[in-house]
Amino acid sequence: MDAKKIRRYVPRDRNRHPPAYFPAYKTTVARSPRLPLISIRQSLTEVTGPDFSQLQLGPYDNDLILNFRHTGLPIGERIIVYGQVRDQYSKPVPNALVEIWQANAGGRYRHRNDNYLAPLDPNFGGVGRCVTDAQGWYRFRTIRPGPYPWPNGPNDWRPSHIHVSITGPAIATRLITQMYFEGDPLIPQCPIVRSVGCQDAVDSMTARLDMAMSMPMDCLAYRFDITLRGELQTYFES
Amino acid sequence: MTNKLLPETPSQTAGPYVHIGLALAAAGNPTRDLEIGHELAKPGAPGEHIVVTGRILDGTGHLVRDAFLEFWQADAEGRYDPVYDPEKPFNCFGRAATTFDQGEWLIKTVKPGRVAAPDGRLMAPHISVSVFARGINIHLQTRLYFEDEEAANAEDPVLNAIELAARRKTLIARREEGSDGPRYVFDIHLQGPEETVFFDF
Repeated sequence: MDAKKIRRYVPRDRNRHPPAYFPAYKTTVARSPRLPLISIRQSLTEVTGPDFSQLQLGPYDNDLILNFRHTGLPIGERIIVYGQVRDQYSKPVPNALVEIWQANAGGRYRHRNDNYLAPLDPNFGGVGRCVTDAQGWYRFRTIRPGPYPWPNGPNDWRPSHIHVSITGPAIATRLITQMYFEGDPLIPQCPIVRSVGCQDAVDSMTARLDMAMSMPMDCLAYRFDITLRGELQTYFES
Repeated sequence: MTNKLLPETPSQTAGPYVHIGLALAAAGNPTRDLEIGHELAKPGAPGEHIVVTGRILDGTGHLVRDAFLEFWQADAEGRYDPVYDPEKPFNCFGRAATTFDQGEWLIKTVKPGRVAAPDGRLMAPHISVSVFARGINIHLQTRLYFEDEEAANAEDPVLNAIELAARRKTLIARREEGSDGPRYVFDIHLQGPEETVFFDF
């Protein structure tokens, strides 16, 4: 019998994640499976995933202040958003694709289905991406997004947030989350935030003001570290 | 020694505007030089070229028209080549969105080869599919298998891990003959009597 080295990932603790069915967020009611997920052993299909080390991105892809400028600079609070992508063992995750999208300073998305009253900003697209460096760091320059109302309860508002997608290193680590801003009073009121059950987990999605990284007379900085599932090397008999 | 792990960052819904970030053309916005799209295989890629398409239905039977999907599969030889490079004729990774009118997604790819399971047995050809959308708090993970691989499907360890045999058919794409080659149709039911099998791994 041979021993073979394989990669696997720490099981996902679904208690840290929101449940599929969360009636306070009404759209989940008809879009949540009713039957239990079926647990399967991780195979190559799950422990591999796209590697973005060879990706050639545009020079402004991670600069939302400049990547949609037409007549000038976008309106709003200029910020840096940065952080480290690491795994559950604190090991940095290099070459992960970090993609973000967000509303503009008025709370309006550049999307054909968004018809909120707040106007589009001709100089703001609201999309960015970058690949984490060898130590797992990512960095964006953007405008702080505004809160906006959404059709759920009679008067529900989304707190200011940035959608963050992390692809790689494995299908098992795939994650899309949202980043909130420290001190925003709308955070505890939002049904989407509240779908995450424990306060500690909500806090982990809340970026902290980081005066050290801010640029004097230019922009503030917020730090948002992201934790992906831990990678293990194990042996098994075949 | 106790090994205290950092907790994973929680998932949040990709929301109704996921397209502006991950499927720019669908949002009606200009695209960048490089976008990860629905063409996993270019015309020159080795293997049997196929189109895979489908719809997503919610628990009331309505189409989910604002979903975003990701696909991961082996090449025609059953190998995972992880390096994503738009210059290559084939990439194992692709993305698609359901259309706002017909609610259909579509990818162009090659039929994947067989990959070994952890125990050394061969799995049937399959594509890993992840579904993101407004109202989906954490992405749903499933697998697409092929109707015309009956013998391989019968011995696939993942299909066989589904205790209720009747539910296995929710993962089998049906084959149709299209004008330019085979076309596989895979409808995903989020809920209801035909609820698709979703996995945890």
